[in-house]
Amino acid sequence: MSVDSDRRRLPARSSLWNDANTRAILYQIVIAAAVVLAGWYLFSNAAANLATRNIATGFGFLHREAGFEIGEHVIDFTASSTYGRAFVVGILNTLKAASIGIVLATILGTLIGISRLSSNWLIAKLASVYVEAIRNVPLLLQLFLWYILINSLPGPRQALNPIAMVYISNRGLRLPTFSDHPVHWVMALLFLVGIAGTVFLSRRARRKQAETGRRSPVFLPGVALIIGLPLIAFLAAGAPLAIDKPELKGFNFLGGIDLSPEFAALLFGLVVYTAAYIAEIVRAGILAVPKGQSEAALATGLPKSRVLRLVVLPQALRVIVPPLTNEYLNLTKNSSLAVGIGFPDLVSIGNTTINQTGQAIEGFAMMMAVYLTISLLIAASMNWYNRAIALVER
Amino acid sequence: MSSAAQTLSDQGPPSGMTGPVAWARANLFNSWTNSILTVIALYIIVRVGWSLIGWGIVNAEWTGNAAACHKAAGACWAVIHEKFRLMLFGTYPYAQQWRPALAIVLFLAMIPPSCVRQIWNRWLLVAWAIVLFVMGWLMFGGLGLPTVQTSNFGGLPLTLMLSIVGILFAFPLAMVLALGRRSRLPVVRSFCIGYIEFFRGVPLISLLFLASAMFPLFMPVGVTIDGLLRAQIAVILFAAAYMAEVIRAGLQALPKGQYEAAEALGLSYPKRTVLIVLPQALKIVIPPLVNNFIGTFKNTSLVVIIGLFDLLGTIKLATQDPVWRSFSFEGYIFAAVLFFVFCFFMSKFSQYLEKLLSRSKTR
Repeated sequence: MSVDSDRRRLPARSSLWNDANTRAILYQIVIAAAVVLAGWYLFSNAAANLATRNIATGFGFLHREAGFEIGEHVIDFTASSTYGRAFVVGILNTLKAASIGIVLATILGTLIGISRLSSNWLIAKLASVYVEAIRNVPLLLQLFLWYILINSLPGPRQALNPIAMVYISNRGLRLPTFSDHPVHWVMALLFLVGIAGTVFLSRRARRKQAETGRRSPVFLPGVALIIGLPLIAFLAAGAPLAIDKPELKGFNFLGGIDLSPEFAALLFGLVVYTAAYIAEIVRAGILAVPKGQSEAALATGLPKSRVLRLVVLPQALRVIVPPLTNEYLNLTKNSSLAVGIGFPDLVSIGNTTINQTGQAIEGFAMMMAVYLTISLLIAASMNWYNRAIALVER
Repeated sequence: MSSAAQTLSDQGPPSGMTGPVAWARANLFNSWTNSILTVIALYIIVRVGWSLIGWGIVNAEWTGNAAACHKAAGACWAVIHEKFRLMLFGTYPYAQQWRPALAIVLFLAMIPPSCVRQIWNRWLLVAWAIVLFVMGWLMFGGLGLPTVQTSNFGGLPLTLMLSIVGILFAFPLAMVLALGRRSRLPVVRSFCIGYIEFFRGVPLISLLFLASAMFPLFMPVGVTIDGLLRAQIAVILFAAAYMAEVIRAGLQALPKGQYEAAEALGLSYPKRTVLIVLPQALKIVIPPLVNNFIGTFKNTSLVVIIGLFDLLGTIKLATQDPVWRSFSFEGYIFAAVLFFVFCFFMSKFSQYLEKLLSRSKTR
C-alpha cells in the first residue's frame, strides 16, 4: 500500500539524478576529471622539479655519445657510440635472451610435464620434485646461485670438457659452430622455402582429400623439400664443412660461440624456472583431454602415434596455448632480472643511461614502450596461433 | 566347490602381486623403456645425491672460522652460524633485534589457527588486525619503544613486511580494478583496462627503478618519500594489476543469474556488489589468490636490485665481509630454504583450500 502511495507522490522521473543514464555520464565525467587532475598535478610537479634541476626534456640525448662500454653486443658498440645505439643494443640483448629462453624452456617444460604423467613412478616423482623445488624459490635468487656456480668453475686452462669441443669454465660456455660460409645463408633460405612448400603441399592435399576422399602423400615430399633442397645447395657448393672449434689460446678460448657467464647464468635461470611452470601447463593440458577421447580413437583402429597426433594433442593444445602465452610473456619480462647479475639487457642499459643523463621520464617511457610492444607482439602472435587451433564452432 | 571358493577368498592375492618387488615391477620396470629410464634415473640420483651429501653434510664445515671453511672440501655452513643475525635482521639495531624476531614469531603463531576452517570468523580478523598493528609497532617503535629508521629495516622482517603490506593494500585496489574492468561505464572500463594492461606489460624491476628515480620528480618541490615506501608503492601497484585479473576471473565465473537476480531485487550497485557478487566471486578465486600471494612474496626479492636490504640484500651484505666473501653460495642457499618453506607451505595451503571449497561440488 505504502509503495503505491509513494509512487503517486513522486513523479516518475523527479530529477535528472534519478535517471540512470544521466547518472552514469555524471560519474564518468567526475572520474575522468579526477584522473586528469591527478595527472596534471603530477605533471606540473615534474615540470617544476625538472626546472629546478635544469634538466632539459626531449629525446636529444639519444644522439649524444654514451661514454660507457657494454660487455655484450649483437651489433657493433663502443664507448663513443650514441645513447640511442646503446638502447638498441639493450633491446637486442633482451630479445636474444628471451627468444633463446622461450625455445629451450618450451622443450624442457614439455619434457618435464610429460615426465610427471609417466607410468614410471621414479620419473614422475623426480619431475614433481623438480617442479616444487623450482617454483617455490624466487627467480632472482636462482639467478644469483647460477651466477656464483658458473663463476666458481675452474678457469679456462682447467675448463670442464663434458663433450668434445664444449668447454665450460668461469669465462662461460664455449660451443663449436660451423665456420661462416655464404652457402649457409642460401641453405637457411632454402630451408624456409622447403617449409613453405610443405605447408602448401599439405594444404593442397587436405583440399583434395575433402573433395575426392583420396589422400596424397605429404610426409615424404615434405621431408625431401625441407632437407633435400638445402642439402643439394650444400653439395653443389662442394660441401664446405669446416667446424670453428674453440681452442685455448693463452688465458682464454678463441673461436666457436661464446656464452658469457652472465648470459649463461641468465639463460639457465630463465629456462629452468619457466620450464617448471610450462611443465604444469602441459600436464594440465594433457589431463584435460578426457580419457574417452583416446579410447574412442584407439577403438576406431588408429595406431597409437596417430591417436596422440590427431586426437589428443590438438585438444590438449587448446588448453595449453593461452597459459603458455602468459609464460612466454613472463619469461620476457623476467629477463629484466639480468640487471641483478650484470647482463646488459634493456633495463640495465636504460638505467645506466638515466643515471648518466638524468632523462628519467624519457628513458622510462622508452623502456616501458619497448616492453609493452614486445608483450603485445607475443600476445598477438600467440592469439593468432590460438585461433588457428581453436575449435571451429558453428 | 564351495570350499574351493572359500579358500580362494581367504587366500588373498597370489604371491608376487603385492609387496615391494611387485610394486617395483608394476611402477618401475613395466616395460623395456621404463626399465632403462629407471636405471638411468637411479644412477643419476645416486651420483648426484652422493656428491650432494658429501658436499653438504660429510665434508661441510658447520661452526668453524673462515680458515677452517677454506680447508674443508664441502659447504661452509659456518658462514650462516657466524652471520646469522645480520642475515635475518640486516642492520636493525643489534640490541633491538628481539623486536623483529618477536614480530615474526607473532606472525608465525597466527598461521596455524588461521588454517582451521572452524574458527574462520570475525574474531580471527580482529586478532589479525591487532597482531599486524603490534608487528608494525615492534618494527617502527614509538609508544615507549625507541624508534627505528626504515633505512635500518632488513632481512626476513623486511621481506615479510613488503609482502604483507603489499598484499593488504593491493587487494582492495585490485577489487576496484576488477569491478571497474567489468563496469558498464566506458570511461571507467577503459581506465581500468589501461591500468591493468600497463602494469602487466612491464617488468616489476623497471617499475622499482621508476619508483626510486621518479617519485621525487612527481612530488611537490622539496617533498621526499622514504626509499622503502617507494618500493612498497611499486610492489602494491604491480601486485594489484595481477590480483585484479584473478578477481575478474571470479566475477566472470559467477553465473549471470546471480547478477540479474540481485538487480531484480532492486538492490543498488554497491549493495549488489558487496552483498551478492563479491562474497561469491572471491570464494571461487581463493586458491588462485593464494598462488598470486606466493608470486608477490617471491617478487619482493627484487627490491635488492634498488639497494634495499631484504633477505637477499642482507645475505649479500653479510657475504661482502672479505673474510667470508667466497661463501655467498651457502648464504643464498639459506635464503632459498627460507623462501621455499614459506612458499611451499602457502602452495600446500592453497591446495587444501581448493579441496575444502570444492567439497560442496564433489560427492
